[in-house]
Amino acid sequence: MSLKFKRLGKTLIASGLTLALTSPTVLAEQPSLLNSSYDIARELFASYNEHFNDHWQEKTGQKVEIKQSHAGSSRQAQAIIQGLRADVVTYNQVTDVDILHERGKLLPKDWRQKLPNASSPYYSTMAFLVRKDNPKNIKDWDDLIRDDVDLVLPNPKTSGNGRYSYLAALGYAQLKFNKDEAKVDAFLRRFLGQVAVFDTGGRGATNTFVERGIGDALLTFESEIQGVITAFPDQEFQIVVPSSSFLAEFPVAVVEKPAKRNGNFELATAYLEHLYTQDSQRLLASFNYRVHDPVVKAETAANFPDLKLLTIEEIAGDWKNAMQVHFASGGKLDQLQRR
Amino acid sequence: MSNHKISHQQRIGDQPWLRRLLIGLAFLLVGVLLVVPLIAIFAQALSAGLNVFWVNVSDKYTLHAIGLTLLVAALTVPLNLVFGVFLAWLVTRFEFPGRRILMTLIDIPFAVSPVVAGLMYLLLYGSNGWVGSWLMEHDLQLMFAWPGIVMVTVFITCPFVARELIPLMQQQGSSEEEAALSLGASGWQMFRRVTLPNIKWALLYGVVLTNARAVGEFGAVSVVSGNIRGETNTLPLHVELLYQDYNLVGAFTSATLLAALALLTLVVKTFLEWRQQQSAS
Repeated sequence: MSLKFKRLGKTLIASGLTLALTSPTVLAEQPSLLNSSYDIARELFASYNEHFNDHWQEKTGQKVEIKQSHAGSSRQAQAIIQGLRADVVTYNQVTDVDILHERGKLLPKDWRQKLPNASSPYYSTMAFLVRKDNPKNIKDWDDLIRDDVDLVLPNPKTSGNGRYSYLAALGYAQLKFNKDEAKVDAFLRRFLGQVAVFDTGGRGATNTFVERGIGDALLTFESEIQGVITAFPDQEFQIVVPSSSFLAEFPVAVVEKPAKRNGNFELATAYLEHLYTQDSQRLLASFNYRVHDPVVKAETAANFPDLKLLTIEEIAGDWKNAMQVHFASGGKLDQLQRR
Repeated sequence: MSNHKISHQQRIGDQPWLRRLLIGLAFLLVGVLLVVPLIAIFAQALSAGLNVFWVNVSDKYTLHAIGLTLLVAALTVPLNLVFGVFLAWLVTRFEFPGRRILMTLIDIPFAVSPVVAGLMYLLLYGSNGWVGSWLMEHDLQLMFAWPGIVMVTVFITCPFVARELIPLMQQQGSSEEEAALSLGASGWQMFRRVTLPNIKWALLYGVVLTNARAVGEFGAVSVVSGNIRGETNTLPLHVELLYQDYNLVGAFTSATLLAALALLTLVVKTFLEWRQQQSAS
């Protein structure tokens, strides 16, 4: 009896080891590029990586393995500072790229000058996802502060996505009340008061709205909203694009120090530059991001309603100022949330 | 008189209706809290049919996650097995200053939240940490690679074997080992023929617990993994990743693999407990 079990144990361990050791690339060293990206860009880069690989193979005859790491972009930047050897970053927050220079000197201070359009190959804006037939008749920011409307958005404290929605609401209020601070604050206070759930990240907020069925409007990127509408056709969600919103840039950069150490600097640069070609821009537009290429812009105009896009400079001066005044501990966001 | 006394000594569960109620309640709670969610995992995983289930299992990234998880367990378990036996032997067979402190220190991984454990390793071995900056100069990558995952898993699971062995070895005492030595056995002979057979079942039980935790650890691993798909993604991390990708069936499929491992562990554990009792009596 016990002999049998001994034998069984041996076989089990042996088979476990074989599985562990022979499973692909656990230990193997392969030439590859690591892209550290934000949370909701998985599908986009899965597709772009294939597209880039075709191009690269045609050009050099070489195939690259492109690895992806996705999480909230502040957390991702922190991991790179702590030693994650990413070759490129593709984020949804300018500040998270800046921090790679400030904390680790991993890339030059003028990284935004390295690529066209301030190193932002595509952009998006903040819009609303509403339920079938828009039952609460939500049209613009004014409808979001109505008492009968519950909002879902990621927490501006922890998520870039949430910060953008907050700044978009702020920008709208500044336009409407001509920067009268008391009225703007009152608007924002009511806006924050209507929030039913503050999730920690973009995907979490989407799941709260879609899977748990909480809220009348989800505030997130226009691109994410279109993705949700396609992913859940039977729910018949609808998008509402407000009259004005925030220009959300998606900065990309080569993380020069690790990329050079990995011997990937040229490859990494090519990977990012290729985002600006017409084919790639068309691909980005198919993921519901707004792009700069004039031809693609004209082709896809029907999918991207016109609206007034406000930059961070117009709303809060610059990112540093926005972080200090609004999102720091004890800042505007904290003050306005006290009820 | 004596009758009267007995009726006073009745315990709470002695009335048949109350007993049935309590037992029923226990079963209901176990069902609602444990069994139903477990069944739900399997039901969800198979909701799109067996074919989709297999496609998800044989997905490149899922296979890699399985491999990495097994690798982590395969390295963690032997290491902690040796460490646990050594430590248990040390604190139960010898008297030395600091012995009590050592016994308390073993429990640190139980007391510390896994996330904190992960952060401790990151701050020490990450590129800004004391050891990390040295590692960086020598081009050694521990964090955000599989060695880091193994390191935190070893930390999290290191008390299990020692904690199983210490009470048993304390209770057994060292008289049999001393007898062996006095009859001329060498140290290794004594260990192999006297100590090991005595602690065999407790040791295996500790190994099973270590393995279960090593396979299932999420918090600490999540901190040092860096979330690189196909490289540093273990099975528990893979479940969360798939869930956030809206791939519910995929997420639940990976979850069934974990649940199956857990069930297997439970079966082995129950068997070992039974054997332990048998050998004790």
